[in-house]
Amino acid sequence: MHRFANPARFLRIARAVTPWLVLPGLAITAAALYIGLFASPPDYQQGDSVRIMYVHVPAAWLGSGGYLGLAIASLTALVWRHPLANVAGRAIALPGALFTAICLVSGSLWGKPTWGTYWVWDARLTSMLVLLFLYLGYLALSAAESDRPEARGAAILSLVGTINLPIIKYSVEWWNTLHQGPSITVTKNAIAPEMLLPLLLSVAGFSLLFAGIVLMRMRTELATTRVAVRSRRLAEAHA
Amino acid sequence: MNHAAFIIPAYVLTVAGLVGLLVHSWLAMRAAERAADEMRKR
Repeated sequence: MHRFANPARFLRIARAVTPWLVLPGLAITAAALYIGLFASPPDYQQGDSVRIMYVHVPAAWLGSGGYLGLAIASLTALVWRHPLANVAGRAIALPGALFTAICLVSGSLWGKPTWGTYWVWDARLTSMLVLLFLYLGYLALSAAESDRPEARGAAILSLVGTINLPIIKYSVEWWNTLHQGPSITVTKNAIAPEMLLPLLLSVAGFSLLFAGIVLMRMRTELATTRVAVRSRRLAEAHA
Repeated sequence: MNHAAFIIPAYVLTVAGLVGLLVHSWLAMRAAERAADEMRKR
């Protein structure tokens, strides 16, 4: 892990990797959404509204998975003081919040034709809303702490928030909810192959784009920091 | 019920959000790295 602690080495790798995430991510996502909209069949119960699954499921996966990444970055920053960990955490937070918001809104749009309502305060929906608030809290705290590198509030908040991740995952099993149970697990798949293909493609495409956005945001923060440090040194040299 | 009235907003919102953040992140990265390169050349 500490091999990447050198920002210069990290930047060399990030510059090489970013286009290999973004360009295939765009192509795979475009293909997945086209197949999802026009080439996949309607569901025998839900009809055409099942097509919302191809944006809702990857958004939910990346909202939750992104938060896990944020928590791991925060833990790495707190325990090992890894110089890039907080940069990674801040880079993950905004796309994570965006995908969580997309998950909530697309789920609401899927709920109306399926359940007859845009929103219910059931365990899955409420825990995803709490996840969005955790992301927003992290973003607000890290912005407030930006001029105090020793501050740890945002990292601690993100770690406390991980209690919400198993609640999201198991909410449909622990409580009676309108939200359906998992259709795909390690041992079973309840989705027809012609629907599974665009779903897996959209998960892959969105994941590549998520990773590409995170790397770009990390590169932005590192470049901004370099400019600030260099400006301060020049000002000190001229003083 | 016309499902297109729910499907189209879901896709439009997703694509707009994703492309918007992608373009914003790319432009911010380009500007920041250009500024860092110019600063290094001084």
